[in-house]
Amino acid sequence: MKKKVLSVLLAASMVGALLAGCGSAPEQASAPAAAEEAPAAEEEAPAEEAAPAAEGEAAAAGEGTFALVTKSAGNPYNEREAAGFEEAMKAMGYSDSQIIIRHPESATADAQITTINELIAQNVSAIAVAANDQDALQPVCEQAASQGIKIISLDSTLNAASRLTHVNQAGTQIIGQTLMDAVKDLAGGEGQWAILSATSQASNQNAWIAAMKEVMEGEDYAGLELVEVAYGDDEYQKSVDQTQALLTNYPDLKVICAPTTVGIMAAAGVLQDKGSDVKLTGLGLPSEMADYIGADNVCPYMYLWNPIDVGRLGAYTSVALVNGDITGAAGETFTAGEMGNYEITEASDGGTEIIVGPPFAFTPDNIDDWKSVY
Amino acid sequence: MEKKKFDWKKITGSREMSLVIVLIVLCVFVQIRNSSFLTAVTLEDMFRNYAVTFILALGMMCVLLTGGIDISIGSTLAFSGMAAGLIMRDYMIATPLSFLISMAIGAGLGLVVGLVITKGKVPPIVCTLGFMNIYRGLTYLIAKSQWVAAYQFTDSFKNFALTKYLGFGLVNNMIAVTIYCYIIFYVVMKWTTVGRRVYAVGSNPEAAAVSGINIGNVKIGVYTLMGFLCGLGGALWTSLYKSAQGDMATGIEMDVIAACVVGGVSLTGGRGSVTGVFLGSLAIAIIGKALPLIGVSQFWQNAIKGLIILVAVVLNVLAQRTMDKNNLKRREM
Amino acid sequence: MATKSGRTIVAEQPFSWKKFFLQWEWLLVILFIGINIMNASISEYYLSSAGLFNATNSFLEKAFVALPMAYILVLGDIDISVGSTACLSAVMLAYFYNLGVPMGACILICLLTGTICGAINGLILTKFTELAPMIVTLGTQILYRGIAEAMLGDEARGGLSSVKWFSNLYWGKVGIVPIMLICFIVCAVVFGFVLHKTFFGRRLYAIGANKLAAEYAGIKVQKIRMIVFTLTGTFAAVTAIFLAARMGSTRADIATGYEMEAIAMAVLGGFSTDGGKGRFPGLILAIFIVGMLRYGLGLVNIASQFMLVVIGALLIITVMLPNMKSMIKIKKKTV
Repeated sequence: MKKKVLSVLLAASMVGALLAGCGSAPEQASAPAAAEEAPAAEEEAPAEEAAPAAEGEAAAAGEGTFALVTKSAGNPYNEREAAGFEEAMKAMGYSDSQIIIRHPESATADAQITTINELIAQNVSAIAVAANDQDALQPVCEQAASQGIKIISLDSTLNAASRLTHVNQAGTQIIGQTLMDAVKDLAGGEGQWAILSATSQASNQNAWIAAMKEVMEGEDYAGLELVEVAYGDDEYQKSVDQTQALLTNYPDLKVICAPTTVGIMAAAGVLQDKGSDVKLTGLGLPSEMADYIGADNVCPYMYLWNPIDVGRLGAYTSVALVNGDITGAAGETFTAGEMGNYEITEASDGGTEIIVGPPFAFTPDNIDDWKSVY
Repeated sequence: MEKKKFDWKKITGSREMSLVIVLIVLCVFVQIRNSSFLTAVTLEDMFRNYAVTFILALGMMCVLLTGGIDISIGSTLAFSGMAAGLIMRDYMIATPLSFLISMAIGAGLGLVVGLVITKGKVPPIVCTLGFMNIYRGLTYLIAKSQWVAAYQFTDSFKNFALTKYLGFGLVNNMIAVTIYCYIIFYVVMKWTTVGRRVYAVGSNPEAAAVSGINIGNVKIGVYTLMGFLCGLGGALWTSLYKSAQGDMATGIEMDVIAACVVGGVSLTGGRGSVTGVFLGSLAIAIIGKALPLIGVSQFWQNAIKGLIILVAVVLNVLAQRTMDKNNLKRREM
Repeated sequence: MATKSGRTIVAEQPFSWKKFFLQWEWLLVILFIGINIMNASISEYYLSSAGLFNATNSFLEKAFVALPMAYILVLGDIDISVGSTACLSAVMLAYFYNLGVPMGACILICLLTGTICGAINGLILTKFTELAPMIVTLGTQILYRGIAEAMLGDEARGGLSSVKWFSNLYWGKVGIVPIMLICFIVCAVVFGFVLHKTFFGRRLYAIGANKLAAEYAGIKVQKIRMIVFTLTGTFAAVTAIFLAARMGSTRADIATGYEMEAIAMAVLGGFSTDGGKGRFPGLILAIFIVGMLRYGLGLVNIASQFMLVVIGALLIITVMLPNMKSMIKIKKKTV
């Protein structure tokens, strides 16, 4: 009998040890790191000029933990965003232990709420979140705000009531205009075209599509006919099915515009396999699209912003809010390190936003430089 | 498919017949609404896109025949496909080698699942639920959350899904692989002792054990086979989509199980046929391919899919009941 | 606690310390204590004043559906449609709220939706007893979510958090104890009592142990299955209410994967998917083990990819351990 009890206990302690091992490994790594980083940051400070250094040190190496919550794990775009955030935080002199980067398990609001709850319990100073759903995060963001945590969104917005401000990768209107111009150019001025979207679970997709439709009402675009908005759910197989259905249903189709990184990739594969004449444009990751971009290829050119810059500006904005340099009201300006000066402007949903810059065009000329970057 | 030459009565009486009728009705309906459905191009697209589902359904049938279930297949597929993709990215290996690596890794992962189920006596659904999480997590970890992009694959690998050399120039490679798998499984399951053992373990484990079949080994075998097919599926998937992503094939297990079940495979073990699995997979493929073509709002697609699955399994039961009743009557007379 | 509820289908046996300490629940207790010690030592925030109560809020809404799921597993059945049922119920709640229906009535609609979904599962399963519950609930899993998608498309229905009392169901507290925790304790006690102290509960075990024998013994097997599946639907709707209160807004993609989490909790708690096994204290411990582990790892910001591996391994290893023990025992005997 003793043996049995013993074996149970042993087994349990093994599980415990395994779990403890899993749990504590990263912790052990970060604890000494924290201890080392703090003095390191202090050492840097005296090297700067005396008077501003005192203040700079209090702000930089001192108080505060800054968190970034991306949309989900396992997506290179989110990884780049996180890399930019981390890089900017370190450039400002913050230590590893003051930077928290969380990629939720799945791209749902549910997972983000759990994550934000855990961040609230850690008393972080600011949370920057790429919202999977603009309204569903409101209760948890209010909870955070009531504890003095500064909440901003970046990439995909929270609703106006939940955020102090939003770091917008590129203005909605500019994206709509740019994409419409691309569609018109590729269609040769007139003809049928279609949109291949994601699920629109994230708020940005619909905003861009609405902006494109608005632009299309203008005189210059009268020759273009939008035949369908198809949804590929940001799933590869579904996007492929939807693209093939578009080609079958609309033999006269001239252009497909896919403002989503998964959709454009799936569509590019289909068009290339079929040797189709339909042209493709939209928003895509250069690394994924490198194979398809070319003057005679399926995708002559496409757009995207730099996710690294979005992450960076998110970091600078968080710090500026915590330091009290800005409050998130329209009209305020601040300096975002080497990125230069930015102004907070009114957003169309009643809140405020900071626009990173115009979307960047990836063409056959520059794609080779960018494909290894992100 | 290969079944046309058999006794006519046998066919009309079979449970598969009800499914064939449903499929024909569905196809005719779709064809009327959109005449581009029953064309060579659309059908080729359909079989190419769903080749992986077709192949995985064969493995799932074997697992279900032994009374087990495997819901970790999406993760196994992702892990082996991703691992092979990463190796190709870093070493530019030959296409056949990358297929072999992917299949070997898949078989290894399947073997682990099989061992835990038989030696650790963990119920299959619990075990594969656990491994679904573990393998998916590991996929993200080995890839460091990156994707393997189109330009990082060799041309021969990307062209595999486009060319026809395995199909003797007649059918696409993806479809050819599917056909070979179905022929092999049809023969093995029907006419070899290996196939009969799988059936025996599921329909009556005690009798099987008494007759000298090592149940544990058969079970380990089917999970390893399932893993092997996942590995094959992983390679086909990355070749078809020219990209390996950490979240690929999420949720494919439900499609595959649905295909088997619609095709008449029993979840309690011992019953199911390769022909049925083919028809079941075909049903899933047609639903996925045809609904966008006939302009059904994509938001209705899941509702319709769920309904069709329910109707198919209920019809299956009703057909079985009438058959049993007829058999009984014949005996009485 | 464990001894009192240790009454299973097996007839009363003389009390023995050996049996008492070899119960599954002790393994879970040790695990639970271990996880709490680990959490407290790796994160300074874990044992903070309201921290522990906050922790329960991060996982309890899913736990409501784990309660009837345990019943289903005792029966030897399974239900993988609960996530979709919860989604459809929440969507109905928000849909009708946005049509101007008062919140109280919306909650009733939500519960009714869940109950109907559960009843449909039960009806198909009891009318066509040949069908495995896995198939039927797989079909309804796709169907129910499909209906939610058909209703909302890709839009959200929100504004629920403007009703303060509704929002408080999830976010509110009595003193420092969350309202949801109180609700959960009440439900858990009732479920535990019914399973272990009533005829109904004993019948569940009898059916799970041997369906045919139970039928011959005069138990209305199909009627009981119908009740349990319907009840599961109702509690999926309860989960939906707390989920809606948590988010204040619903979409057709919420509650994805809840069925697997509920099953994992029940299995970890000692309920076998083969039926006839498991006790309620184990389930409660398992719910808190998984929840606290996730929360603790979340507090030290473990990568979620890694979390997947840990949770999967925990499930498999804990289920495997007792079997390994008996394997060793058998080997010794043969030697």
